[in-house]
Amino acid sequence: MSGEIAFNPDDKYNAFLTTCRKAPHGTGKLAGVAVAVKDNISTLNIETTCASKILKGYIPPYDAHAVGLLKSEGAAIVGKTNMDEFGMGTTTENSGFGPTLNPCDTTRVPGGSSGGSAAAVAAGMVRMALGTDTGGSIRCPAAFCGIVGLKPSYGRVSRYGLIAYSNSLEQIGPMGKTVTDVSTLMGVIAGYDRHDTSSLNKPYNHTPKADIKGLRIGIPQEYFGKGVDSQVAAVVKKAIGRLEELGATTVPCSIPSMEYALAAYYVTCTCEASSNLARFDGVRYGPAADTKKSWHDAYQEVRSAAFGPEVRRRIMLGTFALSSGYYGKYYAKAQIARENIKADFNRIFADVDVIAGPTMPTIAFKLKEKSDPLSMYLADILTVPANLAGIPAISVPCGKSEGMPVGLQIMGRMFDDERVVDVAYAYEQAVN
Amino acid sequence: MVTEKDVQHIAELADVGVSSGELGTFTHQFNAIIEYFDILDRVEGKCPVTRDLFNILREDEIEPSLPQEEVLRNAPAKEDGFIKAPRVM
Amino acid sequence: MVDAEDQVIVGLEVHCQLDTKSKLFCGCSTDYRSDGPNTHVCPICLGLPGAMPALNKRAIQYAMKVAKALNCEVLNESEFSRKNYFYPDLDKAYQITQYDKPLAEGGYVEIESDEGGERKIRLTRIHVEEDPGRLVHMGNVERGKYSLVDYNRAGIPLIEIVSEPDMRSPKEARKFLNKLRAKLEYLSVFDSEKEGSLRVDANISIKGNERVEVKNITSYKGVEKALLFEVTRQKNLIRRGQKIERETRHYLEARGVTQSARSKEQENDYRYFPEPDLRPLRVKSWVDGIILPELPDARRERFIAEYGCSLNHARTLTGELKLANFFEKVVASDKAGLAPLASTWIADTLIGELNYRDMSLDKVEPAAMTGLVLLLKAGTITDKSGVEVLRVMLDQRLKNETVETPDAIVKRLNLAKTTGDSGAIAAAVEAAITENPKALEDYRAGKGGALNFLVGQVMKKTRGKADPAELNRMLTEALKKREA
Ligand SMILES: [Zn+2]
Repeated sequence: MSGEIAFNPDDKYNAFLTTCRKAPHGTGKLAGVAVAVKDNISTLNIETTCASKILKGYIPPYDAHAVGLLKSEGAAIVGKTNMDEFGMGTTTENSGFGPTLNPCDTTRVPGGSSGGSAAAVAAGMVRMALGTDTGGSIRCPAAFCGIVGLKPSYGRVSRYGLIAYSNSLEQIGPMGKTVTDVSTLMGVIAGYDRHDTSSLNKPYNHTPKADIKGLRIGIPQEYFGKGVDSQVAAVVKKAIGRLEELGATTVPCSIPSMEYALAAYYVTCTCEASSNLARFDGVRYGPAADTKKSWHDAYQEVRSAAFGPEVRRRIMLGTFALSSGYYGKYYAKAQIARENIKADFNRIFADVDVIAGPTMPTIAFKLKEKSDPLSMYLADILTVPANLAGIPAISVPCGKSEGMPVGLQIMGRMFDDERVVDVAYAYEQAVN
Repeated sequence: MVTEKDVQHIAELADVGVSSGELGTFTHQFNAIIEYFDILDRVEGKCPVTRDLFNILREDEIEPSLPQEEVLRNAPAKEDGFIKAPRVM
Repeated sequence: MVDAEDQVIVGLEVHCQLDTKSKLFCGCSTDYRSDGPNTHVCPICLGLPGAMPALNKRAIQYAMKVAKALNCEVLNESEFSRKNYFYPDLDKAYQITQYDKPLAEGGYVEIESDEGGERKIRLTRIHVEEDPGRLVHMGNVERGKYSLVDYNRAGIPLIEIVSEPDMRSPKEARKFLNKLRAKLEYLSVFDSEKEGSLRVDANISIKGNERVEVKNITSYKGVEKALLFEVTRQKNLIRRGQKIERETRHYLEARGVTQSARSKEQENDYRYFPEPDLRPLRVKSWVDGIILPELPDARRERFIAEYGCSLNHARTLTGELKLANFFEKVVASDKAGLAPLASTWIADTLIGELNYRDMSLDKVEPAAMTGLVLLLKAGTITDKSGVEVLRVMLDQRLKNETVETPDAIVKRLNLAKTTGDSGAIAAAVEAAITENPKALEDYRAGKGGALNFLVGQVMKKTRGKADPAELNRMLTEALKKREA
């Protein structure tokens, strides 16, 4: 440890669940840099709740691998950020501890589920933050709050210590005001970890380059079709025009498997979540289960009281989809769908270097605007394909619609995180 | 199409509990979502068999365990080094 | 042959802890039995949020060794799945196990059938899984009951060996288990002495009726008892014209009975799906590289060929790895000379005396046993004295007293055989005849029992030291003299 930074923010957006008033830091690439960490990432001796009452008071006895890497490069962990409970949501309204507000317009949501991290960065409370992205949870709030967020290729950042919502889809990733900050943070957290068997030895040692001459950009028709707000589409098209001015070529393309991408996503994540979240029973951590009751009764009591409705809904959906007789209809089919989506991307990436489109189909919703679960799920349609295929995707601010930020999403080939960072950087440099 | 009885059964299987007040709403939402999932019936292809990673194994080496007080630290109820849990008999 | 209608059908699921150094998915030591609760636990085996499993290579190697030894076929690709259910001993509320892609399928174990001769018991599969924690039941009805959990056992590697329903009696089930246990021991993948290292669930039915699953048989000795109870129970039900319900029953070891597990417990729906945090295994090619040690059957045949053991002795001696090793050490200095005596003395006498004392073979040094066998071989002591020396040897070790060599015991207790030249036997013979005129009379009358009676009297007087053959000769001579 080489120092300590004071952190007493005026958290008017409810971005933080926990703040560390005195945050120690060491030396290294991030020496003394205040970094916020999403509350589903385990932090040694700092309460980690996933914004759920069922983990209220839980103090991890270990650091997530990514957090350990942050510390070893000198970062100061200044707090834990608000989120949709266990990452289940697109607005951060599903937090067990109240919603986070969008710093650009406090009547609107910051997006989710990494809404607290995005708001903290957007409001200038921290320079950078860790988020997690299962179906868009880094890119959506980055787009809604006007910051940069990268979902790395699956396997590049260790998930060890990330409290699992949907293991096969999610990644920890960097969020920041600038592409450079995001790239720097990615450089610190990427790399092999023997504790995560999906981890790959693909470290990220990259300095963003703005030269994209000759780059071929695929423009999938589905990203500008039904359900995508026309103004948002127009802003994004204009941004893509900027990329063309920088020497890139655009190529129209199609991802037919997107038809069932969202269903495949929700089946996969609810199935995995139903199993991942079964361990929260009030025995080893969390609010006490009544030990005088029989176990099912005691667990039901704790779990129905401490899980929010969206979490219970997704647990039940997953339980249903995995229950006897339905595995083939749902989970197995969803995995085939994922293969088809990967195949679609591979086909497109044979011809283009990156794929570009809007991150979200709309600008940030008004608080409480989306009350129906299914209509909320539909908002994830443009972000989930990258998670299903495991490919890298970044959201970079590309203008405004109705005064609210719009995000440009760049998806790349598997492990081509450097390239999506470069394209985002080229755009950012061109407009600033 | 799932019924309220089905939802009740699923809630029991998942130990999440559903109150009678919530049952109607949950069932309604469930049906809308499951109907949406039916699009997967159209998916064709074979179950993925090839995956890039296999035989990811670690050596049989002992690493330190947590001290007992760390193990018990987050448990709401404990007794003589054990963690207290609901009855099963 | 049993009545076809009364045919008992038994299949077993054997769970066996693999003797690795660390747990299946984490680095916690498996050597937890002598330590306090929750002292061999880490974020992974406690199921803390965010922890992820990392598969122990040796556990897979051990499981494959077993698969090869049991003639199973290792599958091209296998994977781990989650078995989801709630129970307080299950930290993650799912068990990481193998479901539709187990490590190995098929295979068999040969046992000696009830009718004599070898019989193959087919195996369905072998898979690898993690052990749950251990529950202690506390409290009482008045003050409320609760459980206490120790997660030290959570994550210990297990293999589950599933047999086909090929056994036809509880006795065959015992033989199957004994054979299986011996094989596992020989493979050095398993320590049968560790409490709870082998646990069995049994499926049992009477032909034409529903089958019952008996769970929670925690010792291999309990299997035959539990199954015998079930056979009787089920046959009685059938006799009374009642239907056997398909159900799960628990074996209560202390009472030797099974009890229906039926409760308000929800029906099990385990919702298996592939464990997303582990990668598949493609290890079939490792099979060729596995070198198996000599297994029980081969060793049994070798004991017969090399040491001239009888089939029964060879079976007993090779039925347990430690015993077979012990025997070979005892006779090592003079195989041909010592083996005949040693096999009887170990397989019959020593085992009996150890069982009587509930004593482990570990306490006996092979050298001490060699010493005893040498004394017997040299004719220094009689068989009767031999047993006495052995008992003293065992008692000294059991009570942790100073240990004497067999020679020292013989000397101290003055057990050396009294030879014919010495006056002691002659005097005893004379005294016995003189003191028992009735016996002399009977002998003269040609009653065969008289001689045996007098032998007994002389033995008593010489405290068993007289060599029986020598004694017989002298006594017959003395009696003949009186006849004349
Ligand atoms: Zn452990």
